Formats: sequence, C-alpha cells, structure tokens
Amino acid sequence: MTMKRLATALLLGGLAAGAGLAGAQDSTVEEIEKYREALAEGNPAELWEARGEELWRQKRGPKNASLEQCDLGLGPGVVKGAYAQLPRYFADTDKVEDLESRLVTCMMTLQGFTREEALKNRFGGGGKRSDIEALVAYVTSQSRGMPMNVSTRHPKEREAYEIGREIFYYRAGPHDFACATCHGKDNQRIRLQDLPNLTKTADARRAYTTWPAYRVSQGELRTFQWRLYDCFRQQRFPELEFASEASIALTMFLAKNANGGVYNAPAIKR
Amino acid sequence: MHYQRTIGLIALALLAASCASTSNESSYRARAVELMQADFRTRGIASVDRLKQDETQALCSQYRDQVPPEIAERIRTSNLAAVKYPADGKFLGDWKQGEKIAQTGRGLQFTDKPGTVNGGNCYACHRLSPQELSYGTIGPSLYNYGKIRGYGPEVQKYTYAKVYNSQAFVACSLMPRFGHNGILTEEQIKHVVALLLDPESPVNQ
Repeated sequence: MTMKRLATALLLGGLAAGAGLAGAQDSTVEEIEKYREALAEGNPAELWEARGEELWRQKRGPKNASLEQCDLGLGPGVVKGAYAQLPRYFADTDKVEDLESRLVTCMMTLQGFTREEALKNRFGGGGKRSDIEALVAYVTSQSRGMPMNVSTRHPKEREAYEIGREIFYYRAGPHDFACATCHGKDNQRIRLQDLPNLTKTADARRAYTTWPAYRVSQGELRTFQWRLYDCFRQQRFPELEFASEASIALTMFLAKNANGGVYNAPAIKR
Repeated sequence: MHYQRTIGLIALALLAASCASTSNESSYRARAVELMQADFRTRGIASVDRLKQDETQALCSQYRDQVPPEIAERIRTSNLAAVKYPADGKFLGDWKQGEKIAQTGRGLQFTDKPGTVNGGNCYACHRLSPQELSYGTIGPSLYNYGKIRGYGPEVQKYTYAKVYNSQAFVACSLMPRFGHNGILTEEQIKHVVALLLDPESPVNQ
C-alpha cells in the first residue's frame, strides 16, 4: 500500500467521524454524497490488508513462527491466487477447509496457538482488533483479478458441496426461513435492498467475489464467515460456529456456484 | 416375450437408478442435519431446538419448496386445521397499531433480549401503505388489499388465517406462519388485518 492510499484511508476515517457532527448543519443527503465520493477514492480495507501482511510475516505464538510456510492449497507460502481456489481438500488435515479454517489450522500447527486462542477475536469491533479479519484481508487481496476456480473433484469436496446445498435449502426456526427464502429467486428485494439469487451463476459470482468487505455501517472489515454468521442471525437460527464444518460446507456450495467470476475483494459495502 | 423382458429390465434399472439418487440426496440431507446440530450453538433466546423441523419445514426443504400436488394438499390441510381463530369472533383491530407492527422486524434474533415485542416486518417483503416507499418484493403488493377484495366477514376471516398460517393456503409459502409459530399474538394479528381491511387504513386509500 502506498503512502498516498494510506493517507486517503485515514482521511476517510476522519470524514466519517466528522459527518456525524456536521449532520446538524448540513443536509444529510449532501453529507452522504460527500462520503460516497470519498469512498470511491480509497477503500479502508487496505488498512486491514496491510496489517494482515505484517501479521503473516511476524513471528508469533508459542513456537515463535510466522505464517510464511502456511500451505493455503498451492504449496507452503504461496498466497497469490490461493483464495480463488478455496475451499478445498487438504490431505494433512483430511478435511475440506475454507480460508478462515485453514488460517486457524496454520496458527495451531505452525505457531502453536490453541484453537480457542486463534478464534478469540474472530470478529473485530468495540476497540478490539481481529487478527483473522486482517489475515483474511491480506490473503484475499492476493487473488484480486483472478477467476474463481473451486474444485469438487475430491470426494470430500463433492460431499461438502452437496451438504452445503442441503443447508442452503434447510427451512427451520420460528420464521421457517432457509437461505433459499431470500436468495433462491431472481430480482427480489428486502425493503430497498437487492437480494442476489445465489443459485444462479451471474448473481452468485457477483455476490461471492465481493467478500470480504469493509462495512461502512460497522467500520470493520468482515469476512465470508461473518457474512454467514450474520445471515443466520437474521434467519432467527442459533449461532453458527465460526469455521465449523457446516459453515465450510455452505461456503463450498456458494463458492463453487461462483466459479468463473473474477475475484474482486476486499470490497466496500454499506 | 424377449422384447417384454428387455423393457422390464430397463424399467427395473431406471427404478434402481432413481432410488439410488434419492437415497444419495437423503444421505446428504441426513449428514447436513447432523452437522448443523453439531455446529450451531444456543445463544440468548435462540436455542438449538430451533433447528428441529416440523413436517411442513422438512417437506418444503426436501422439495426445495416445489412440492408435488398431493404433498401440497397435505401441507395445506394440516396447517389449516391448526389455525386458531379468535375466541371473540372479531378479526379487526387498530390499523394504526398494525402499521407499526408492519414497520418493525424486531424480535427472535439471538441478539434480541427476552421479552422483546416482535414485529411482523411486512414491509420487508410487501408494498402496503403507499406513503412507505421502502418496501420489498418477495411477496405481492398489498396496496388496496381491501378495496380489491371487499371488507366482508369472509375476507376478514381468510385474511386472519392467512397471516396466522400462510401455508394453510399456499404450501411452502415463503411467508412466516406468524400465529402458528408464535411470532405475533392474536391481538397483533388483528391489528395487521385491520391495516389490510379497515376502509380507513392508508392501504385502502
């Protein structure tokens, strides 16, 4: 990240804080417009990307090791293009893993963290920063511009995909909602929010390739795991465990449906 | 004779193939249920019991909401039989309260406090009062609902039942069964019915 882009991102942070105060004098619409213009120039996700790259190289944990030997599927230390092929089967764990779960695996095996330690700050906010969110921002940024190319050739990859599809259509809870209730038809909206039909290639590509994203409304960079967690909250389900097998299976279904889409994240969303 | 046997064998093979694919799918479904039970945890008011499906939810999931006619009939019948109508025989509450219920989607999420008054969130999916421009399109427009259908007792009773349990009329409807699943109280449903059927309601202006 260049100094100029960093400066833009910092300026943006200041503007966001100022917008609240200035709101009393200026019209809200005008402020939002100014804010949008500023957004177009720089995505604060860059701050997470930069911190993630530092964390990737930093020696940490009981084993005082960096993540530079972490195998994200393309060989130890290969970050470029790795995310566009995740989730995938990993022989060393004999499991299908997405990026978040694979990072947890590497933090445990290479750095010696426990699973609890690795997952402690899985979601940043309220003054605490999330290492996972930063690492995800860095790794995903290294697949920008590449086509999604997720495999279901391995039987466990195929199985994850099929299970993910079942979860996608699973209606339950007080509202009878499934993922498919909002994301199974074309051209639907909730209030004024457009809903992608995640069973159709074009929509699935557009949605999946723009996560993770910096959420302006939260001032945080959110990972795909967070996206699923928060969808299930709105579905009135109990809490989906971060990086769990069920979450990876659902991610597999959605990622595979986005194959061929050009990856373009970390993005910025309201 | 020979020809007939061949046809018989082909039919048998086809049957076996279709059984195989169905049993594959159902084994993935069983595995998905197992995984979900292991990978969701109770948080706040949202307990893992919510993952248990009733027959309607299970059938709609299995058929991706496209149920064959005989199963659709079964779903409608059992849901209609479960509708509890108000004991006082009145279906219309206060449309102004109904408008508030239609506007809010609060309640039943794991971040909601116990005792939160639930909303109906009608505007998330439907157009109702023309003054509200921020409405969704998952359900049909309900603007002029009463004007179009009339305000009589039969329409009132049907509308109450529809909000109480949408699947009494449309199997695998995407609309929550607000009364059946205890999202809204009887009184709240009456207010929503009034929003749709009071001639004074903005919905009918």
